[in-house]
Amino acid sequence: MRTNEVVRFDMLLKVNGEEVSLAEGLTVTELLKDRRVKMPEMVSVELNGRILRRSEFDTTSIAEGDKVEFLYFMGGGRATD
Amino acid sequence: MLTLAIPPEIVGQMAEQARAAAPIEACGILAGREGCVEKLYPMTNADQSTDHFMMEPAEQFSVVKDIRARGLTLLAVFHSHPETPARPSDEDIRLALTPGVMHVILSLADPSRPVIKGYEIVDGKTSPVNVVCA
Repeated sequence: MRTNEVVRFDMLLKVNGEEVSLAEGLTVTELLKDRRVKMPEMVSVELNGRILRRSEFDTTSIAEGDKVEFLYFMGGGRATD
Repeated sequence: MLTLAIPPEIVGQMAEQARAAAPIEACGILAGREGCVEKLYPMTNADQSTDHFMMEPAEQFSVVKDIRARGLTLLAVFHSHPETPARPSDEDIRLALTPGVMHVILSLADPSRPVIKGYEIVDGKTSPVNVVCA
């Protein structure tokens, strides 16, 4: 290995109950992108049992062994005649 | 066309929940296996609105984990239209974001005869689901 080579290790974590291997140091925003979430502004994220504020998505890093859950908002409105 | 089978007792629970909540919109999650509903999770309408519903994220997380622990699948999102027909509103379509989930609407436009219809909503396009009481 060259000494100036950048190495990113993988970490094991659980995302929505499934064990996955992802690059170490991902932020929540990067994780949602990796999981192909189309509208990250429309999801709620729970990290190790704590629901994150949207403002924390960019600044919160995921670590080995973390449990991450995310889901889309579920809502709607009535039909109009 | 997709088919969603809902047992009569769960249809009854949905109608009861919708009537109890009216004029507020009721909402819930239907879970089961292979298109057959086995459990209704009544959810809180965080908006407490007569023309809108939004589920509480904390409650959603709790239910999704329970569904997983039971080996079930989240099959459909259910909500009521207390006074209007059982067809998706523009807001229903805009907020149909969860992949692979059907949408069930129970109309109480005629309170004595609730109407239940199902839809698949993908990328803003709506197609009917065959909802059977079985």
